[in-house]
Amino acid sequence: MAKKIRILIAKPGLDGHDRGAKYIARALKDAGYEVIYTGIRQSPQAICKSAIQEDVDFVGLSLLSGAHNELFPEVVSLIRKEGGDNIIIFGGGVIPNDDISYLKKKGIEAIFTPGTPIKDVINFIEANKSRISH
Amino acid sequence: MIELSENVIKGQSRAVARAISWIENDHEMKESLIDQIYPYCGKAVVWGITGPPGSGKSSLVDHLIFRMRAVGKKVAVIAVDPSSPFSGGAILGDRIRMQKHATDEGVFIRSMASRGHLGGVSGATSDAIKVLDAAGYDLILIETIGVGQTEIEVMELSDVVLLVLVPGLGDEIQALKAGVMEIGDVFVVNKSDRDDADKVRAEVKYILEFKEQNGNYIENPVVMTSAKLNEGIDQLLKDTENYLHNINLKGQLEARRKLRILNEINRIISGKIEEELKTFITQKEKLDNWIEKIYQKKCSPYSFVNENFKTFLKEYKKP
Repeated sequence: MAKKIRILIAKPGLDGHDRGAKYIARALKDAGYEVIYTGIRQSPQAICKSAIQEDVDFVGLSLLSGAHNELFPEVVSLIRKEGGDNIIIFGGGVIPNDDISYLKKKGIEAIFTPGTPIKDVINFIEANKSRISH
Repeated sequence: MIELSENVIKGQSRAVARAISWIENDHEMKESLIDQIYPYCGKAVVWGITGPPGSGKSSLVDHLIFRMRAVGKKVAVIAVDPSSPFSGGAILGDRIRMQKHATDEGVFIRSMASRGHLGGVSGATSDAIKVLDAAGYDLILIETIGVGQTEIEVMELSDVVLLVLVPGLGDEIQALKAGVMEIGDVFVVNKSDRDDADKVRAEVKYILEFKEQNGNYIENPVVMTSAKLNEGIDQLLKDTENYLHNINLKGQLEARRKLRILNEINRIISGKIEEELKTFITQKEKLDNWIEKIYQKKCSPYSFVNENFKTFLKEYKKP
């Protein structure tokens, strides 16, 4: 059987608006990926452990509360510390343009803001899937 | 020994996770990995948890993890959800109910997509159990996909099967039917806070009375639980452990585990033969050409396979 791409969709922080996360999860499922969804209000530690145990290739973080500058980089550093060196991390939600370059510097490789066509997310995954480890 | 096997035996969660991926993806080193960790297997107890979609399997698993952690046992969960027959993708959402344990070092949760396998588990589940066993988890919980009437493979993987039922699934005739109703060791009537839960229990008990009661008969517990209200879980644990104790005393547990090995050997044999035979046949002539011949009624499917199987036996040499 060929390698299947596994993606964790996670919601750190305290907001409960998960329609975006669910929409992405569903669309990625329809694109043929295995999506692990962990629900709302996850701590960075829980997201990191889930990513490691599920051996995912990508982690997509969704956040609408404004705490992305703190929580997204924390997830990245925890995952790196736990040995998830090759896991590709991206984010989405209500994120001001000014914050995007900061987040990219911190290892969040792509940010998808509201209104992004789902095709862009799939293109991002397809463009980077050669980097994942087996 | 390959490094991954060593790290699995040490119980490193990253290694355990990667090993399960190797199994799922049929990695070229998969068989060596299993060969190397196999001597370290055999300590874990495997509970299968099955039942219809939405019956509360994940929530019950969540409560079982709590209880087992309280007595210091390391717990691993394999939660299977269906793959899409159209895209091959999947949404694996069983973790949601168990995320409270995500940061507990003594708990390992892995979601698995069925990847086209039809028995209620995935084709990789039986080898994934070996990895978790070798890594030192005391209890392994296998949560199947939401089942209908015929997804019964969890029986072949588990020491004990907990069948989770809920009110509203039909009358006792449904409970009388063959299939999934026959594989339960422990019957769990979940959502006991609902009005007609007592009726479900009565129907299950009524059907269980029909079972032949010979010398080896061990009564199947019927337990009422409410995962929502956290009720009946202690009773469920007690009854399940008691049941396991009893089947162990009567030698049924060992028999079950040996039957599991027999099934596994058969599965591996047919898998390997199928693969070799298919490669052999398709090397000779394109399968499409044969389909065309059969379609044109120039030969029948049986004569096609028999003819090729004969040549296979005559000409086949292991590369």
